[in-house]
Amino acid sequence: MRISKQVIRPVELRDQLTDPRAGAYAAFEGWIRNENEGHDVLRLEYESYEPLAVKEGERVLREAAEKHPILKAECVHRIGMLEIGECAVWVGVVAPHRDEAFAACRYIIDQVKLRLPIWKKEHYADGHSGWVNCERCAAHAETAPPVVTRVHAS
Amino acid sequence: MSKTLTVRYFAAFREHAGIDEETISLKVHTARDVFELLKARHGSAEPLGHCKVAINDEMVSWDSPVGDGDTILLFPPVAGG
Repeated sequence: MRISKQVIRPVELRDQLTDPRAGAYAAFEGWIRNENEGHDVLRLEYESYEPLAVKEGERVLREAAEKHPILKAECVHRIGMLEIGECAVWVGVVAPHRDEAFAACRYIIDQVKLRLPIWKKEHYADGHSGWVNCERCAAHAETAPPVVTRVHAS
Repeated sequence: MSKTLTVRYFAAFREHAGIDEETISLKVHTARDVFELLKARHGSAEPLGHCKVAINDEMVSWDSPVGDGDTILLFPPVAGG
C-alpha cells in the first residue's frame, strides 16, 4: 500500500506484479470525473493521514489474500490536487485464475474506500468547494470489520 | 480527574476547528467522550457513527478508554477512491 503525490502510472505498476504462476491480472482505476451530485467539478483535492492509511491499506491487502487464492496485490492512492481524468487510485491483483483476481480486486477497492483515512474536497465550477461526505460509505460502515477496543493504558 | 490529551483534526474537522492540533485538558473516559465534548466546542454536526478515531496511531472503537498523554486523531467521514 502506498500513498503518493506523484502521477499514478498503471502500466508501470502492473509490470511490478508479473509472476510466472499468474494466469490473470485484474485492476481497478478510480478516475476524477467532472460531475458529482449535480455539481460541475473542476478538480479534486485529496488528503490522507498517511501512517494509518498505509497501515489499514496493508491490512486490507492481507485480508484479500486470506479470502482469495491470489499471488500478489497492490494499491496506490494519490493525494494532492488532481485534475479531471487523472487516476486517483489504482488496485492491481494477480492470481492463477480470473475469478480470484476479480474478487480480490473488488474487495480491496471497496474496503479502501470504506476504511482508509483519506478525504477529498471537490472544487466546483461556481467557485465553491466542499468535502465529500460519502453517505454510502457511512451507511455501509457496519459491514466493515470491527476495530478493536483498546485496553486502558494509564 | 482531567487528562491532558493532544487532539489532531483532519479534513473537514480541521476546517471546523480552525486548527490542526491542540493540547487540552478534559474530564473524559472514552474516545466517544472526547468526540462529543469537542463536537460541541467546535460546532461540528457530524454524527459520530460516520466518523472514525485513532489513539496513538491505532484505529480503535469509540468505547476505547483514553489515557493521560494520549494523542487522539479525529477522522471525519472518509472518502477515498
